[in-house]
Amino acid sequence: MAATPIDPSHSAGNGSESSVDDEEIARFEAMADKWWDPEGDFKPLHRLNPVRVGYLRDKVTAHFGSDENAPTPFAGLRILDIGCGGGLLAEPMARLGAQVVGADAGEANIRVARLHAARAGLDIDYRHTTAEALAEAGEKFDVIVNMEVIEHVADVGVFLGACAALLASGGAMAISTLNRTPKSYVAAIIGAEYLLRWLPRGTHNWRKFVKPSELADALAHAGLRLSDIRGLEYNPFGQTWSLGRDTGVNYVGFAVHAGSEN
Amino acid sequence: MARQKKTLSADVAISADVAIAGGGMVGLTLGIGLAQSGLSVVVIDAAPQAELTEPAFDGRSSAIAHASCRLLQGVGIWPHLADRAEPILEIRVTDGPSRQFLHFDQATLGDGPMGYMVENRHTRMGLFARATELDNLRIIAPDKAVSFEAEAAGARLTLESGIIIEAPLVVGAEGRASPLRQWAGIPTRKWQYNQSGIVATIAHELPHCNIAHERFLAPGPFAILPLKGNRSSLVWTVDPALAEEIMSLSPRAFLAEVEKRVGGFLGKLKVIGPRWTYPLGLQFAQRYIDPRLALVGDAAHGIHPIAGQGLNLGLRDVAALIEVLVDARRLGGDIGAADVLDRYQRWRRADSLALALATDGLNRLFSNDIAPIRALRDMGLAAINRMPAAKRFFMRHARGTVGKLPKLLKGEAV
Repeated sequence: MAATPIDPSHSAGNGSESSVDDEEIARFEAMADKWWDPEGDFKPLHRLNPVRVGYLRDKVTAHFGSDENAPTPFAGLRILDIGCGGGLLAEPMARLGAQVVGADAGEANIRVARLHAARAGLDIDYRHTTAEALAEAGEKFDVIVNMEVIEHVADVGVFLGACAALLASGGAMAISTLNRTPKSYVAAIIGAEYLLRWLPRGTHNWRKFVKPSELADALAHAGLRLSDIRGLEYNPFGQTWSLGRDTGVNYVGFAVHAGSEN
Repeated sequence: MARQKKTLSADVAISADVAIAGGGMVGLTLGIGLAQSGLSVVVIDAAPQAELTEPAFDGRSSAIAHASCRLLQGVGIWPHLADRAEPILEIRVTDGPSRQFLHFDQATLGDGPMGYMVENRHTRMGLFARATELDNLRIIAPDKAVSFEAEAAGARLTLESGIIIEAPLVVGAEGRASPLRQWAGIPTRKWQYNQSGIVATIAHELPHCNIAHERFLAPGPFAILPLKGNRSSLVWTVDPALAEEIMSLSPRAFLAEVEKRVGGFLGKLKVIGPRWTYPLGLQFAQRYIDPRLALVGDAAHGIHPIAGQGLNLGLRDVAALIEVLVDARRLGGDIGAADVLDRYQRWRRADSLALALATDGLNRLFSNDIAPIRALRDMGLAAINRMPAAKRFFMRHARGTVGKLPKLLKGEAV
């Protein structure tokens, strides 16, 4: 992966402040071609996806005052999916009418995502780049989707600062991640990686998990306010996810500009 | 050579969210429901539309159960045919010549008619009228699919005219002989009943009072179903050999046979419109889905008409499939993905099988003249008639309001 040059048109090169951790990227690249197998390595994300998209749809339509039941409720919105992976979120958002830019620091992910979108007939602008590089290029987005990413970045503060700079006036950002609690250690590391083998061992580093209070502080520092936070709860019997109050393991939040009303 | 000619004539590719092969009552209702929910739909039908809407009465009518009526309301079809639908307010079930009978009337449930009788031509005219109101629904007729290819991200349907339709999902709604089901290699379980159905329409002197009669005669059930005005639809089950004989009778002799079975309670009778006959059989597809393909209606299951549930069962598929696809689309999902289709199949297959087996059992129980069985079933009918709870159970089945209902069958929006 390191030998493949980054597309120069979409990258600002290796900035000294880059938050991307090389080892983390390498781990995900190894799994890239398995992204779209719903029963494969990314089964947990496929299972989680309807809940994540449902949350996004409801929060984004409420924020922008559009009809959540319209065929294309995201029409007219420019959305950045940061850490888009194989496009599991980017494709649904494009179907909901958004103009989507998917960014990922792993080149194999971008290749998988482009291939898949082309096959599905979806027009998505996938770029092998980082939030920092996009911010430097002066890009702006109405919505930034930041799902299961911050627990993998080297510096949460620097990364969220770049995201804030990418947010257009009146925009919003959705963030999901893992809380750093004893429960999440048991569930995400011992459970998901060791016992259930949902994820390859070493996918996550528990020390990099982010507490909601830390997320709120980092967002505040970047001029954003966490306006909503919900737990993502797993029901092992139905193997389904739902939104709830328990933020002890996975959680999702919605951030708006600090001065904004909603 | 024929192929080459076709590709030369027109090689047009259309893309849609859903391509539906078969524009009958089930296929077109599905197309309308999906289009109303914002999906782009192409419906392909082999029959020219003009022929199907000809004003001449073709003699066929269908029972639309209460729940199916809610679906037709929900997708905007009902207003186009409500004036032509005759409500069924009571159902009387009798066992042959015996006087034991089951009596269901709407007062028991207190929630309006149990269903409606509508002539198929009126249903079709209502469907076409609604279809023209929807910009994202396109009907291609007369034409038919000649090949189906499923790929990782979508399917391709090639029509006889050379038109190619690309869609993430193709639906087979072409009836019992569904070519799509056969191309997908989905096996069916089937058996023929040693029975044929004869359908005819009568005009009568006295009003039917919106009562449906179901009589269990030895060769099979005989039903008199109320139509608009002083008319009724007859569904008559006979032995196949006898069916041929009855079909070839002169109008006068045919009327005599009808009079013998209907009796005198409707006054003087007159047969109107043509007679139809069908071999009766049960057919059940082992799967309702295949990659990028879903089957609905008779393509998935053909049942005995004993309970008048064939069309209603198809409309239950329609309501469930609309809900599953709309839910998936609202989450930006791929509507033809395996997990979406799997949800549809899990929802519908068990329900259809239960109804198929129930109608099969009912038919076997009632289509014979063995004395002890007759005695037992008369006791059963008499007992059910005295048990309000049991009656409500059967009525809910007749109305189609049992099971895990799709929202559209409950009168809710998707």
